[in-house]
Amino acid sequence: MKIRMTAITTAALCLGLAAAAVAQDNPVAKREQMMKQVGASMGALGAITKGEKPYDAEVVKAALTAISTDMKAFPDQFPAGSEANSAAAPAIWENMDDFKAKSLKLAGDADTILASMPADQAGVAEAMKTLGANCGTCHQTYRLKR
Amino acid sequence: MASTWSKIAFAGVAVIALGAATAWALTKPEPHPESYWANVGAPDLAHGEQLFWAGGCASCHAATGAEGDALKVMSGGRALPSPFGTFHIPNISPDPQAGIGNWTLAEFGNAMTRGVGPSGEHLYPSFPYGSYARMSANDINDLFGYMKTLPASSNVAPPHELGFPFNIRMAVGGWKFLYFSDAPRVELASADEKVKRGQYLVEGPGHCGECHTPRNALGGFETGKWLAGGPNPEGKGTIPGITPGGPIASWSEADIVNYLETGFTPDYDSAGGSMVEVQKNMAHLPKSDLEAIAAYLKAVPAQ
Repeated sequence: MKIRMTAITTAALCLGLAAAAVAQDNPVAKREQMMKQVGASMGALGAITKGEKPYDAEVVKAALTAISTDMKAFPDQFPAGSEANSAAAPAIWENMDDFKAKSLKLAGDADTILASMPADQAGVAEAMKTLGANCGTCHQTYRLKR
Repeated sequence: MASTWSKIAFAGVAVIALGAATAWALTKPEPHPESYWANVGAPDLAHGEQLFWAGGCASCHAATGAEGDALKVMSGGRALPSPFGTFHIPNISPDPQAGIGNWTLAEFGNAMTRGVGPSGEHLYPSFPYGSYARMSANDINDLFGYMKTLPASSNVAPPHELGFPFNIRMAVGGWKFLYFSDAPRVELASADEKVKRGQYLVEGPGHCGECHTPRNALGGFETGKWLAGGPNPEGKGTIPGITPGGPIASWSEADIVNYLETGFTPDYDSAGGSMVEVQKNMAHLPKSDLEAIAAYLKAVPAQ
């Protein structure tokens, strides 16, 4: 009985360690984390656009920088064979160049907006539109419905 | 003895003939009579344009990747994969040869609301007439009037590629007999005007249930699962449920309106797959219509 408990505990411990290791190396977890960060950044800009939060240049700058940084690294998180258990569409690997271009297009849009920093709520709303158009364009082809 | 056999044979033939006649009677194409389409008057083109966007015509009938004004060129040609085979979407631009420029209002209306083509043939329900059936003769007249103002295209789509028995149009009559209905999809007690407007938009022109309701092996909606979501009929992935019991249960009506307007979920995820185009279409509707859709989605039974 005691041996069995020990075995079960050891097995559970190993599984836990394995899961932690996977989260670090797993490209699926990594890219999903990046997308979540981009979503949170859009959320910060959206809150200003909707008037839920006051305009804050630091918040805007941080959000745009995060979007730019994440989207530049994003297409590198799709090594061959990392399709399973994710919302990544097979079309990504069939059109990797286009997929990369679309990712970098959003990064570029964020950089352009950063260069001429939106100065008020209306400016942020305009930036949201430019950035937001990228989301659907890419998700339409490259993210599976779920 | 011989006469007994011939009597049996005669009876057998009679039964088969009667069966065939009954089957034909139950499954033959049934357009509205000409009189149904008479006296609708001059079309309201502005209303027609709203119905054009609500109906999502461009999502299938515009060329792949079309944006901006190109969404108004109904050239057809996109391929629509399905469990029954691949449909090639026809040209419905005003071109008299390649499109529907020579169609009468009755021909257009019977295609839209009865699934009957201009030669009296059954149309495949990949064209969502099972939803459009809820549109009135006046709605159809307004939409038809608007579509006549769009650019003509001479593109000709290839024929559908369907497996047996789906390649037999007569079989569609059986599908219609089993599943075609213009009755409300759900009975909503004490629905106010806003919810009723939402019901019309979602169940009718918006044809939301065509993707968001799971289907059985014959392509009919599973009963009691209205808007419950299910496997994506066009390929990989799943379509989310949109009732108050599904993944958008926590969304407020304002969240739903904002999603249809901007494409962003409350946590700033975005629309994906074919919903991207649907959302862009819906963004053309007046805000009051988006609010009506949201009210209806909150009123349907949770799944």
